[in-house]
Amino acid sequence: MLYIKCPHCGMRSQNEFSYGGDATVKRPDLNKEVSDQDWDNFVYNRKSLRGKHLELWQHLSGCRQWIKVERDTATHEIFRTLKANEDNS
Amino acid sequence: MDQNYRLSDIGLINRDKKLSFKFNDKTYYGYEGDTLASALIANGVHLIGRSFKYHRPRGFFGAGVDEPYAIVQLYRNGETEPNIKATEQELFEGLEATSVNCWPSVNFDIGAINNFFKIFLPAGFYYKTFMWPKSFWYKVYEPFIRKAAGLGVASTKHDKERYEHKYEYCDLLIAGSGPSGLASAYAAAKNGARVILAEDKARFGGTLLTSEVNIGNQSGKEWAEGIIAELKEMPNVTIKNRSQVFGYYDHNMLVMSERISDHLPKTRKFHPKQRLWYIRAKEVIISSGSIERPIVFGNNDTPGVMLSSAAKEYLKVYGVLVGRSPLIFTNNDSGYETAIEFKKNGVDPIILDTRKDPQSEIVDEAKNLGINIKFSYVVVAAQGYKKVKSADIAKISDDKEQLGVVENIKCDCICVSGFWTPTIHLASQSGNKTKFNEDIDAFVPEASKQNETTLGAANGSYTLDETLKSSFETGHELSKKITNNNNKISFPNVVEKKSTTHDKFWCVPLPEGKNYKRFLDFQNDVAVSDVEIALKEGYRSIEHVKRYTTLGMATDQGKTSNLNGLQLVSNIENKVVPNVGHTTFRPPYTPVSIGAIVGREVGKHSKPTRKSPMHSWHEKNNAVFVDAGVWLRPRYYKQGNENLFEGSKREAKNVRTNVGVCDVTTLGKIDIKGPDAAELLNRVYTNAWLKLPVGKARYGVMLREDGIVMDDGTTTRISENHYHMTTTTAQAANVLSHLEYYLQLVWPELSVNVVSTTEQWAGAAIAGPKSRDLLQKLFSNSDVSNEGLPFMGYMEGDLFGVKARIFRISFSGELAYEVNVESDNGNFMWEKIIEVGQEFKIQPYGTEALSTLRIEMGHVAGSELDGRTIPYDNSLEGLLSKKKDFIGKRSLTREAFTAEDRQKVVGVVPLDKKTSIPEGSHLVKDSNAPLPNPKLGYISASCWSVEHDNPFSLAILKDGKNMIGEKLFAMSPLKNKVIPVEIVSSHYVDPKGERVRS
Ligand SMILES: [Zn+2]
Repeated sequence: MLYIKCPHCGMRSQNEFSYGGDATVKRPDLNKEVSDQDWDNFVYNRKSLRGKHLELWQHLSGCRQWIKVERDTATHEIFRTLKANEDNS
Repeated sequence: MDQNYRLSDIGLINRDKKLSFKFNDKTYYGYEGDTLASALIANGVHLIGRSFKYHRPRGFFGAGVDEPYAIVQLYRNGETEPNIKATEQELFEGLEATSVNCWPSVNFDIGAINNFFKIFLPAGFYYKTFMWPKSFWYKVYEPFIRKAAGLGVASTKHDKERYEHKYEYCDLLIAGSGPSGLASAYAAAKNGARVILAEDKARFGGTLLTSEVNIGNQSGKEWAEGIIAELKEMPNVTIKNRSQVFGYYDHNMLVMSERISDHLPKTRKFHPKQRLWYIRAKEVIISSGSIERPIVFGNNDTPGVMLSSAAKEYLKVYGVLVGRSPLIFTNNDSGYETAIEFKKNGVDPIILDTRKDPQSEIVDEAKNLGINIKFSYVVVAAQGYKKVKSADIAKISDDKEQLGVVENIKCDCICVSGFWTPTIHLASQSGNKTKFNEDIDAFVPEASKQNETTLGAANGSYTLDETLKSSFETGHELSKKITNNNNKISFPNVVEKKSTTHDKFWCVPLPEGKNYKRFLDFQNDVAVSDVEIALKEGYRSIEHVKRYTTLGMATDQGKTSNLNGLQLVSNIENKVVPNVGHTTFRPPYTPVSIGAIVGREVGKHSKPTRKSPMHSWHEKNNAVFVDAGVWLRPRYYKQGNENLFEGSKREAKNVRTNVGVCDVTTLGKIDIKGPDAAELLNRVYTNAWLKLPVGKARYGVMLREDGIVMDDGTTTRISENHYHMTTTTAQAANVLSHLEYYLQLVWPELSVNVVSTTEQWAGAAIAGPKSRDLLQKLFSNSDVSNEGLPFMGYMEGDLFGVKARIFRISFSGELAYEVNVESDNGNFMWEKIIEVGQEFKIQPYGTEALSTLRIEMGHVAGSELDGRTIPYDNSLEGLLSKKKDFIGKRSLTREAFTAEDRQKVVGVVPLDKKTSIPEGSHLVKDSNAPLPNPKLGYISASCWSVEHDNPFSLAILKDGKNMIGEKLFAMSPLKNKVIPVEIVSSHYVDPKGERVRS
């Protein structure tokens, strides 16, 4: 079970969180023309990386905040966690 | 005679407390502190079961967790448990155990016929033989295997014992209380670290209990006892015996099973039987020691052949002789320690040492004691069927290829030592790579993957001095890192006998003309010849060899067999062992009971139960409940002998003719506040929300980004910047997360707060033509006329002094209202509605009637909004705004979603107007078409229409728009039904929706 540092609450066990997928995916703006390909990339196409992956988790049984977690998908090493509004660059 | 093999003056057992127990219905005696194994051996019992495949006699091989044979069926306090290791089960008064794998008895076993036909049971036997013919599988093979196989019988009764889970955090978790575990625990604890020390056995100390060493002028045992006593007193230390750390998971989470009551005749009141610990440790020390390796020789599975370390443990811990004329067969100095213990206790052993001329202190000691030692000698085969009676021995050439003349010598046990294998399971589970250490012919952990350190014998360090030094140091360093303290412990003086190198020898060649079985895996009956066959047949990967032969796949997970198996493969393949590699170590290290894994989450505790504030009223009024997610909801209120069908029909009918009330507390409720609340709703729902006036409700549908309908419900504008959203019961939690996702990540610029208020409000739906009359009496101060509270209107009201919210919304298609009050007033509201409603013939109705009412109205719900349908499919396309964007809108232009013959919800009526159509039935054009019959659609929900008094169903049907009036067949192969049906509009009642507006 992973041990995740919620930027709002501190170290918490994985069972307090739910997984939210790739955090680098950006939703196309509303009321804007989007090509089929771009929309498919947003809705469906994911890289399924092996290695460093920036992903979303929600601290569901805690502060309910969505956070960003940089994790190695192969080793589960967590490099850092960020608040939703923190820049991940 | 009673305990014939028990010595009178050695061991750690309590001779003042004699215990009686039964094995295979015969009564024996042992002492407090015995294991079932030691007590049986004390009574001269060595035949304990039969092997898995050949049903060969089985005795004891080890003295602890490594035991491959001695598995029993245990009976305790009216319960039974299979797969219990006799070497781990502590003796208690009244213990009963029986053999497994034998029928009709351990002494005469019919399955042993397998042994005579063993030529038919080589590697891959099951794969090859039972493949053909197929029909034989069910009738012949499977029952045969079931009868012959297995390690006991699981109880079919409910387990009455209690198991608990515990979460714990610590600075340092130490797995194993041998020398390295004790030393590191002591150093770390003295340095202020929070330490958990776990020991699998009942006694702490590991090998210190049995080895002849001296630490700080004390015996190893005394030193261990002193350290344990001190640790027990320290507030920062938790020490647990009978506790096995069996799994090492991510981020230094380890799981340990503590056997709290297994050693007692029955579990004490308010105590659990076992407890599972989830431990998050900052640092972990793996001090799990090592397990002695067998040497492989002919008939090496005969009862009486056992590990030399086990023989020593039975002697020194339990005061039990495993035999009176022991033969020690060794390739290293460890066998000598066992021989010397025998000698000291008045028994004359013979040592066969594969080495030619070993020089060491301990060899000299054995010589000086006058022990008969034969160098360059091996055991060729054990002789005796149910117990070792003698051994065929021979001199072996220096290259270990040639046997000399075979002689037979009398002995009653053969104690084997093939050197030591570090127990690296936990380190490997942590993610460590392993490396092969040539000096010890075994794998040791490589660089740490997580925050773990392997010490002592588990790391291949076999001298006490070195082990204690590194353990004191590591305990100190790790704790210093965490506590920043620097209290150092002075290192005690260690005296131990120096040993010399072992012989890299593990398998005795077969003598000419003999074809003895030489076993590698004792529990699964895998012999050298099986592995040879597997390799001959082309299996190369060690993982494949393992699965094909089942080597190492028994419940002992190959603790004593894996390395010898690897050696064999490496010999035949002419590869070095590290190139053969080893199979993966996976948790659990030892079997863990299902009860411990499940813990308290059994029966009604398997998930939380949510009840509405009106629950006790429902109970008192004969509600029959149904699980709705984690909620308990009344399905119908039983009157007399009514069944579900009759009861729900009565309730639904009463709604259509008079008035009914339904508990709708379970609906998800989300309070939405903020200046941008309307904007959020406008983006989340498919229809327009910016112009909804205060005091009005609106029905809305929300989609996922892929265009699939996520949920529906009504949202009401309570005040300028305040909305009350309702969701379906099932999707309440998901919708909240969904809103939070968009507010926090996608549109953080929106100033809106959302919070669940599901549990803050109790809800009652009042539906039926007389609902307004009832409402007027409930809220006499309010104008609830059609003008005062029109359809989709909202107002606050005073319910006999209680503040209430009144929504004019309808799920049933009738004139209907929903009243919400604060949860604490829920019961008051409900009772008032029932009381005042009497004159209007009010009846409560449950979820079944609720379903009926919505189905015949053609209102879509969970069975249509099933995560696979888009708005069009549910005839909700009218709610799709063309003027604005919303979540999922872009996906609706996808080709399949806009196809001309896209599926759509329709109504379905059986032609005979009698036969109910099972939900899930397929709609087909031709009921006699060959399979697979093309499916046009499926029945999503069925009811008995109370309006038309005949069955009615909803279906999702291909090209549903153009299918009204068509005749099809509803087929349910599961229920064996073919029903001719007609497709009708999904709005079977009041298609114009006049009633809700009346
Ligand atoms: Zn948090």
